[in-house]
Amino acid sequence: MRLYAVVAAGGFRRYATYRAATAAGVFTNTVFGFILAYTYRALWDVRPQLGGYDMSEAVTYVWLGQALLMTCAMMGGGFEDELSERIRTGDIAVDLYRPADLQLWWLAGDVGRAAFHLLGRGIVPMVLGALAFELALPSSPWTWVAFLLSVALGVVVSFGLRFLVALSAFWLMDGAGATQMAMLAGLFFSGMLLPLTLFPGLLGEVARALPWSSLLQVPADVFLGKRTGWGLVQAYAFQAGWAVALLLAGRLLQSAATRRVVVQGG
Amino acid sequence: MEEPDAWREDVFADRSRLLEGVRAYGLIVAMWMRSTLTYRASFVMTTVGNFVATAFDFVTILLMFAHVDALGGYSLPEIALLYGASATAFGLSDLVLGSVDRLGRRVRDGTLDTLLVRPVPVLAQVAADRFALRRLGRVTQGLLVLGYALVTLDIAWTPLKVAMVPLMVLSGAAVFGAVFVVGAAFQFFAQDASEVQNAFTYGGTTVLQYPPSIFGKELVRGVTFVVPLAFVSWLPALYVLGRDYPLGLPGWAAFLPPVVAGLCWVLAGLAWRTGLRAYRSTGS
Repeated sequence: MRLYAVVAAGGFRRYATYRAATAAGVFTNTVFGFILAYTYRALWDVRPQLGGYDMSEAVTYVWLGQALLMTCAMMGGGFEDELSERIRTGDIAVDLYRPADLQLWWLAGDVGRAAFHLLGRGIVPMVLGALAFELALPSSPWTWVAFLLSVALGVVVSFGLRFLVALSAFWLMDGAGATQMAMLAGLFFSGMLLPLTLFPGLLGEVARALPWSSLLQVPADVFLGKRTGWGLVQAYAFQAGWAVALLLAGRLLQSAATRRVVVQGG
Repeated sequence: MEEPDAWREDVFADRSRLLEGVRAYGLIVAMWMRSTLTYRASFVMTTVGNFVATAFDFVTILLMFAHVDALGGYSLPEIALLYGASATAFGLSDLVLGSVDRLGRRVRDGTLDTLLVRPVPVLAQVAADRFALRRLGRVTQGLLVLGYALVTLDIAWTPLKVAMVPLMVLSGAAVFGAVFVVGAAFQFFAQDASEVQNAFTYGGTTVLQYPPSIFGKELVRGVTFVVPLAFVSWLPALYVLGRDYPLGLPGWAAFLPPVVAGLCWVLAGLAWRTGLRAYRSTGS
């Protein structure tokens, strides 16, 4: 357990090193927050209460999306490229030799990365958004706690998805195609483009049932107070269910893959 | 007595240097294209992926129009014109110059030095570096949306309005290209801040895909007078649509894009030279 805490701390520090990159990211997230907030305002001007959100809730949704984009790694988070590259080059053999669990090792590192991005790239855009727009911020501290728990579950679901993507390199050799597909699915089905409650008919139902909705739609609904009491328990159960299912699938794939490993050379 | 001749030589030297740069760019691009096309299946997949990823922007607009008839007072075909013009212009400049955003990484890891010792203009080398033909996906989806807009819009076409469409796409691509070069020049100073550039390039094209009426006055002013992206699509497209520009600019401002593009390139050239001169190798 101590080992994984150290790995997580390492993941945090690794991203904390790039201060200029973080500042640049905050700037970009803020610019996009402004642009999207204006487009949402135009939409909710015509249709107040669209998708079950009022105007200030819709604008809050935009800023939550910008704050969680890197935390929940909707467009990819980096470790999957690294891991699939290690698989391609064969360095993975060294990793399998280590007295640490492959999946837990990378999960710990990714949790550290997510924690840094939540602090480093989440808070400032949210504060700037709150200064420029009227946001629907939770009044109860418990809602903030509930939100953070939902984000944490979202991070694990995101990791579970990206771990599967990375392991696909065992079979595909080149992980680029799978990574790109995962990025597209993450962008579309997380609710990053528009809240999933606005997706029409069957598409909406499917999108809300898929794991990606745990990355933004569910945490945002918890933040906006749409999920309380029994609904909150259901939200957690949904996220935790996907997290467990995806981690188990990753484990199965990992053991199938390691049986395939053929190390070349001496 | 020798002054005029020396001056003329200088001009010719400059021009041949430009030609040399274009030629080198072409050679490097051809090399990367050959290497890309070696893995055909991979090329097709990444191009389709690029098409889909960028088409999501328009899918978002379509999803919005599933709930409303007009956004900021503009109909779907009108927004499609803004979108198509801006996405195609951005796609073209991204195809030709999009690779320059890797400059920061090269400064960081010291590989820029390799480019400096070659007898080829650095900008040409950086721009052609890892030329990504898959970016045709973005151009294609922009052109498709533009085509949809031109077919569905009910416009009283005049020769001027017809000429305006290719004019705005090409000078728009030039304006975005200048933004790419300025962004790259900035990375000589701020090595791992390439995301700032995204705010102006990707962010810029996103702004232009929506009508100016939905944005705050400050943002419209900033996009018109500070970073003149409004000349990429808003001003010329609103002229084609027969609508007034929110800031009350005169009608002839819609014809300024080529001039604005030229000015942007003069500034971009200065920024690039300043950045390159200030470059100190990491020495590692």
